Amino acid sequence: MSETDAGRLASLVSRARSRAARPDADADRIRRLLAEEGDQIKANTRHFNAERYDRIDEIGAERHERYRTRAREIKADAIERLPELIDRVRESVADNGGTVYIADDAADAREYVAEVSEGADAERVVKSKSMTTEEIDLNEGLEARGLDIWETDLGEFVIQVAEESPSHIVGPSLHKSREEITDLFEAQFDPEESLDSAQALTEFAREYLGERIEAADVGITGANFVLADSGSIALVTNEGNARKCASVPDTHVAVAGVEKIIPSIEELHPFAELIARSATGQAIPQYLSLLSPPVDTPAVDFDSPDEPGFGGSDAERDFHLVLVDNGRTEMREDDDLRETLYCIRCGACANSCANFQSVGGHAFGGETYTGGIATGWEAGVEGLDAAAEFNDLCTGCSRCVNACPVKIDIPWINTVVRDRINRGKDPGLEDVLVDGLVPDAEEPGTPLRKRFFGNFETVAKVGSATAPVSNTIASLTPVRRALDAGLGIDVRRELPAFQRETLVEWAEGRATVDDPERRVVLYPDVYTNYVQPERGKAAVRTLEALGCAVTVPDVGGSGRAPLSQGMIATARDKAERLAADLGDHLDAGRDVVVVEPSALAMVRREYEKLLPAATYERLDDASYEVFEYVYGLLENGAAPDALTAGDGDGVAYHSHCQQRTLGLESHTVAVLEELGYDVLTSDVECCGMAGSFGYKSEYYELSVDVGESLADQFEDTDRTVVASGTSCTDQIEALLATEARHPIRLVAP
Amino acid sequence: MSTSPVREFRRSLRRVDATSSVVEPAGFDAALADALEEPAVGAPLPFADLSLSDHPVALDPSPRELRAARTGVTGSRLGIADLGTVAVESRGGGDELTALFPERHVVVLRASDVRPDLESAFAWLAEEFDAGRDSLVFETGPSATGDMGALVQGVHGPEAIHVLVVDDE
Ligand code: SF4
Repeated sequence: MSETDAGRLASLVSRARSRAARPDADADRIRRLLAEEGDQIKANTRHFNAERYDRIDEIGAERHERYRTRAREIKADAIERLPELIDRVRESVADNGGTVYIADDAADAREYVAEVSEGADAERVVKSKSMTTEEIDLNEGLEARGLDIWETDLGEFVIQVAEESPSHIVGPSLHKSREEITDLFEAQFDPEESLDSAQALTEFAREYLGERIEAADVGITGANFVLADSGSIALVTNEGNARKCASVPDTHVAVAGVEKIIPSIEELHPFAELIARSATGQAIPQYLSLLSPPVDTPAVDFDSPDEPGFGGSDAERDFHLVLVDNGRTEMREDDDLRETLYCIRCGACANSCANFQSVGGHAFGGETYTGGIATGWEAGVEGLDAAAEFNDLCTGCSRCVNACPVKIDIPWINTVVRDRINRGKDPGLEDVLVDGLVPDAEEPGTPLRKRFFGNFETVAKVGSATAPVSNTIASLTPVRRALDAGLGIDVRRELPAFQRETLVEWAEGRATVDDPERRVVLYPDVYTNYVQPERGKAAVRTLEALGCAVTVPDVGGSGRAPLSQGMIATARDKAERLAADLGDHLDAGRDVVVVEPSALAMVRREYEKLLPAATYERLDDASYEVFEYVYGLLENGAAPDALTAGDGDGVAYHSHCQQRTLGLESHTVAVLEELGYDVLTSDVECCGMAGSFGYKSEYYELSVDVGESLADQFEDTDRTVVASGTSCTDQIEALLATEARHPIRLVAP
Repeated sequence: MSTSPVREFRRSLRRVDATSSVVEPAGFDAALADALEEPAVGAPLPFADLSLSDHPVALDPSPRELRAARTGVTGSRLGIADLGTVAVESRGGGDELTALFPERHVVVLRASDVRPDLESAFAWLAEEFDAGRDSLVFETGPSATGDMGALVQGVHGPEAIHVLVVDDE
């Protein structure tokens, strides 16, 4: 390491330390939640997640995809036409004999519901599950006005009794074990018989809440969908409580965000297909209720127990639909947050998230909302501070993208919000982040640590130029301590070792295939170039053996590192440069082959957001993951015998999260199998390392917890372990103490 | 794949833990008598040729009867074959309450009203909405919860469902 480089590092570290960026509190909180709630959350979310995959398999991926496409179109159109649909709902509900109230914010909504309740001389209110009422703190608001309010969804009831907040959008109490609920209920209610089974607890709750429903004056529900044309609401439940709350008392108040409106019954169909399948892996919920209140069902008057006709109540039914804005109009006008309003709150983004599976919504959530999309909701409804509490838990692994029934680009929303948090400024202000390690050029507010990871390419360049000395220095205890204290890089992690000779240097002036079948640019992503050039060389040899002329150009990073830190301007800058550099190669008829999946995903997914459409499409069309490309070559007649065959050798393969989102896991498996390897694949969503994430001190234990699920799958295997991503191989090596390589190194000649 | 809709419907009902039987119209009364556990409440059936009046089923029950009933009988004009779903409509006779309070829900449904899937059910639904019948519940299997640490059937709704399919074809 040169003197200037060392000086830079020292200055970097001391500046960072002076900012006292070390989030010990986060680490403690995560450790506690891993221990207290992790097992329960893991079992429940993984169950939902696995069921989701099964139910989608049953109806076929294609059909599911059709519904997703349609659902997204409907939501996009409905949000676009929202003001008009709101007007339509006002009319149709009024025609039915009900009232619509648009609440500007939480206080406004609370006040209205309280007034309606008081107008009905209510003492007791029963509720079915509604996240929107959690958002507006409705229970607290009504209690403050002296009302007795009960949650009738059993999960919400548990939370109400425990005085906790929901840990999941769909299963508010899924962090609690049966034993914990037994203890809680026995302490609270002192029942005559022990409540030591799920059955006993359920029976108790049914009786207890049944009495409260019978004596209720007002029933409050949410609404999963509001149908503008008919003034109907759709409710999804499994317990049957929503219908009871809506039909037993004669006053029904439904509270929903304004974004829940869709035009008519016709548009409900794809959502009816999607919602339960995505949420809990059910083909349809037990109860899909469509109500166009006031309904014809007679209200029940339990005060006249012997009167026929359900007590003979002659009270008119009264219905109020409270549509809550609370920041949604602004979200609608925000190009990056708008998609959040398409969310149907199925929780699939939480269930498919490896970090969420470990730590749950009490860490991975804000004031109200939990899981991947919570960042969008919290940023829009509560503000950036609420989102900042947990935004960094999204690693951008993108597994939620395919899970989301309305195809929201959830990682992008997380990235945008991260960028805004970094800037600490209002959205919309133009700022330019300067590329480089120079602290002086730093954007005000952007944490230095993010800049450090975001500029990993520069770190790698310096590290490689000075390797192996840089590696030695970096591994010295005082340096590691300084990195930990200053940048929060956990001492328990082994740092990447930079190679003195980069892939680009190795390839320079090298002869390749004459008269090739195809011409290829092997993209030297930062990891392949500086840290793992061997896998790059293996890729070059493989492609050449299959008849390709291969060039390894000296081009820059994809922008993945800055993007993952929420440094969008820097990422865009990198994307533009790379697109320009690769453009010349595309002009020359070359295909772009990428080894590192996170770099490929950048080009194929995120560049859509960062580059002009035509530039993005051209690059997207021309770029391939290395095994995807090899697969294509073999399909088109290239002879596989030039590669290293498997002869039945066992291989344990972990694909990369972002590679799987692109649908590219199967190509590696197919090629390995064609070459005679016996392949076992992992089925965890992510390795838990996720670029810089696993290096950060406060997340180290979470990262290891996630990684252990992967390690468990490969633990007792005598197969050769291979993985596509650098992060994945690092994580596997750390946890299994076995070598993990990129699969291209197996098959290369 | 040409199984009759009713056969598929019954298979789906089994999958969602509901039972079913099929009867000729002439056998309806006997079959219903078999399916009832007393005391029972009911909502008038929406079919001209089928009635609950010869059965020990309280129509327009008092709240006490509703609470005490072990069986609730309603008629449904929709079955969904591949899901095992039935419709419970909001009517003045209190179908919703009848289907929800007692621990056992007996559904009377005509074979000709079984539609293949959710898509065809929504086509039917659109016509119903046009005709102003726009409040109903799609009910699929007994009410259930996983919130108490394991799956339990019978929460705020019934824990058993029996569908009596009247073969009118
Ligand atoms: S963002 Fe998508 S996956 Fe997540 S809760 Fe909303 S609809 Fe479901």
